[in-house]
Amino acid sequence: MGQVTMTVNGKTVSGTVEDRTLLSTFIRENLALTGTHVGCDTSQCGACLVHVDGKAVKSCTMLAAQANGGAVTTIEGVGTPAELHPVQKAFKENHGLQCGFCTPGMIMSAIDMINRLGPNLDEDTIRHELEGNICRCTGYHNIVKAIKQASEEMADVLEAAE
Amino acid sequence: MYETTYHKASSVSEAVDLLKKADDGKLLSGGQTLIPTMKQRLAAPSDLIDLRQIDELKGISRQSDGSIRIGAATCHADVAGSADVKEALPGLAALAGKIGDPHVRHMGTIGGSIANNDPAADYPSALLALGASIETNKREFTADDFFTGMFETALDEDEIVTAIVFPATEKSAYAKFPNPASRYAMAGVFVAKGANGTRVAVTGAGQDGVFRVKEMETALNGSWSPDAVASISVSADDLISDIHGSSEYRANLVTVMAKRAVAAA
Repeated sequence: MGQVTMTVNGKTVSGTVEDRTLLSTFIRENLALTGTHVGCDTSQCGACLVHVDGKAVKSCTMLAAQANGGAVTTIEGVGTPAELHPVQKAFKENHGLQCGFCTPGMIMSAIDMINRLGPNLDEDTIRHELEGNICRCTGYHNIVKAIKQASEEMADVLEAAE
Repeated sequence: MYETTYHKASSVSEAVDLLKKADDGKLLSGGQTLIPTMKQRLAAPSDLIDLRQIDELKGISRQSDGSIRIGAATCHADVAGSADVKEALPGLAALAGKIGDPHVRHMGTIGGSIANNDPAADYPSALLALGASIETNKREFTADDFFTGMFETALDEDEIVTAIVFPATEKSAYAKFPNPASRYAMAGVFVAKGANGTRVAVTGAGQDGVFRVKEMETALNGSWSPDAVASISVSADDLISDIHGSSEYRANLVTVMAKRAVAAA
C-alpha cells in the first residue's frame, strides 16, 4: 500500500492504494469519476483513455503509482453541461454515439489528436488516429464526422483568437 | 494482477540496486506489455522498478558523426515525431509511428521493447537492419549479438539498456503487415543501406524472433529494386504458425513486405 497524490481535473487528490492498483481503478473507485470506462481491460478498446501530463494514455494499462505526482484529465474535466467542449458538441450534433460506452474515450482521443496534429484534420488522418479506440456499435462514420467538424470549429476558434 | 511492490528509480544505479535487492524484481518502462501480462497473471514480479522518470535515459540526439542516439526510456511517439530521426532515418521514424496505437506510443519505450524482444515487436528489425549498437549500464552490444531468441536477449539479469545508437544510413524503410486486431506484425521487413552495408531484417515471422535474410541483402547489393527481392523467399520451416496465419503464409508475406520496403526506401 502506498499514498498517491496527483492533480485530477485541476484538483489535487490523494488516496491510499495497493501498488498494483490501476489508474482506471483509482479514478473510478477512489475518486468516483465513473466517466472513464473499462471496456476490454486488455489495452485495445480505448474506453479508459485519460490524459496524463497532456498525453492520451490507456488508464487500464498504467498503475496509479506511475501517475503519482502527475496531472490527469478525465472526461469529467472536459466541458460542462451548459458549455460543452467543441468535440462534445460535435459528437452531439453528428450523432457520434449510439450506446455511448466508448464515447468518453473517443472524446479524449479526439481532443488529444487535435492538440497534437492541429485543427482541420482530414478523414484519413482521423481514421488512422482512432486505431486505439473501438466502438462496438460500429458507429465510426459519425464519430469521424464529429471529429472532423470539431477540428474545423477549433481552427475557427484559434483564428478568431489571433 | 498479483500483489507487487512498486519503486520509482531516479537513476540507473538506483534501479540496479533496487533490482538486486528484490526477490523477483522486474524493470518497468512504458509497461504496455508488462502490465497487460501481469493482469493476465502470466507474470507476477515481487517488485516493479519504474525507469520511466530517469532523466539520463531520455532524449534523442544527433551526434557529430551523423549517428542518432536514443535514450532507452524514450517513447515511440517521441521517436516518430523527432525531426532528427525523420531526416536521418525515415524508416525508423515511420516504424515508431506504426507501433500499436497513438496511446500505446505515448507510453511504450524503445528500451522496453528491445529488452522484451517480442517476436512480433517492430523495433528489433530496425536495430538489426540498421546495425545499431545497444548501450547498457555494463557494456555495449551490436544488434547481431543482442537478440538471441524469442523473448531472449544477451542482457544479464541485472543489466539495463540505457541507449541505442543508430549509425548514419543512406536508405531505410520498413513495411509491415499488422495483425488487424492487435497491430502486432504478422511479418515486418526493415531494409537499410549504409555504413553497415545492405541489410534486411524480418520481425513477426521467425520462431526465434528477428532474423536477417542474407540472400535478399546480396540481391539488393546488386540492384536496389523491388524486383531484386521478388523471387527470393525464406523457408517456412523456421517461421511462426498460429491462428493468425500459417508459416507458409508468413513466408509469402516476408517477400511481399520486402518488396514494399525496398520500394518505399
